[in-house]
Amino acid sequence: MQLLERIKGCLGGLIIDISEFHGDIAVEVDRFKIVEALTRLRDDESLSMNFLSDLFGLDNKAFYEKPKKKAKKGDAEGEEEEKPKELPPRFEVVYLLLSLKTNERMMVKIRVPEDDLEVSSVTSLYKAATWPEREAFDMFGIRFKGHPNLKRLLMWDDFPAYPLRKDYPLEGRGEERSLVYGD
Amino acid sequence: MADNKDNNSGVIKGPGWILTKLEWLINWGRKRSPWPFPYGTACCGIEMMATLASGYDMARFGAERVSFSPRQADILLEAGTITKKMVPVLRRIYDQMAEPKWVIAMGACACSGGVFRSYSTLQGIDKVIPVDVYIPGCPPRPEGLLYGLLKIIERIEKDHPLYKEAMKFKESEGGRICNF
Repeated sequence: MQLLERIKGCLGGLIIDISEFHGDIAVEVDRFKIVEALTRLRDDESLSMNFLSDLFGLDNKAFYEKPKKKAKKGDAEGEEEEKPKELPPRFEVVYLLLSLKTNERMMVKIRVPEDDLEVSSVTSLYKAATWPEREAFDMFGIRFKGHPNLKRLLMWDDFPAYPLRKDYPLEGRGEERSLVYGD
Repeated sequence: MADNKDNNSGVIKGPGWILTKLEWLINWGRKRSPWPFPYGTACCGIEMMATLASGYDMARFGAERVSFSPRQADILLEAGTITKKMVPVLRRIYDQMAEPKWVIAMGACACSGGVFRSYSTLQGIDKVIPVDVYIPGCPPRPEGLLYGLLKIIERIEKDHPLYKEAMKFKESEGGRICNF
């Protein structure tokens, strides 16, 4: 049976959206049910996605808010209708899974809105998630509830911003000037 | 110190014969043993190792022994990218080195940040410590590093360690008490 069918059978109603692009399957689930979804994918006999190859955050701000191309003459009415469209949640957390049994890969996504950046940690399922979750916390400020040691992974502890967010300037704001040394 | 004695007697106004000969002797000693502190943080570090190894043999120019303690090193050989998180470490190593000390910034990253124009990379180590010689390249060839070392040696030759000390003394409180 195809992977897509098996995933559909395993997750059932948890799936919000499922798509396949060039053989890569991406499943979107609700952000409050990510632990349940990953538990099912891991423990399912036919899937057994028992290896978390990566976990990362995404900021879609620039993607959603990019300026629209100039409409042709006469299309002005159509453009006005598009404007009040509500933007999807700003952040995403993506889980890349691999099955060591069948050598198949898949992607699980959750969307996280900017005003509530709390997500359940999956460290209880995959120990490999500890450092990637710390990285996502470091770079985007997404807090993982239940993580054993949620500290910054790459930047220093007192770093005041989340550098991979799209509203953060590329060259930083000169935070290193407040770095102190010696003890 | 000899120079102080000379200054006290009020005979010598500029760097005199004894001072210059002594300076020549000191510089002669210093330029023949510029021990580097290898601070390789990226791919430039590999090129630095090639320069130190037998093929190019940096020991020919007096860099006989790489000093893994900053307290015994003369040259801080900074080869590679410095992230902003690493700045306190670099400053600390520089401060631990005894005078006289020189700094070589090896490679594009150490000189200017290189391709890493981002929030996490220091845009050139001269933002935090003084640099004597910049070696461009990504990474520079071993010949480039040897040329940089020779430039440092030239710099050491032209240095006036005792005269500088004498001038410092002259401007200090003790120097002002003595009449010149």
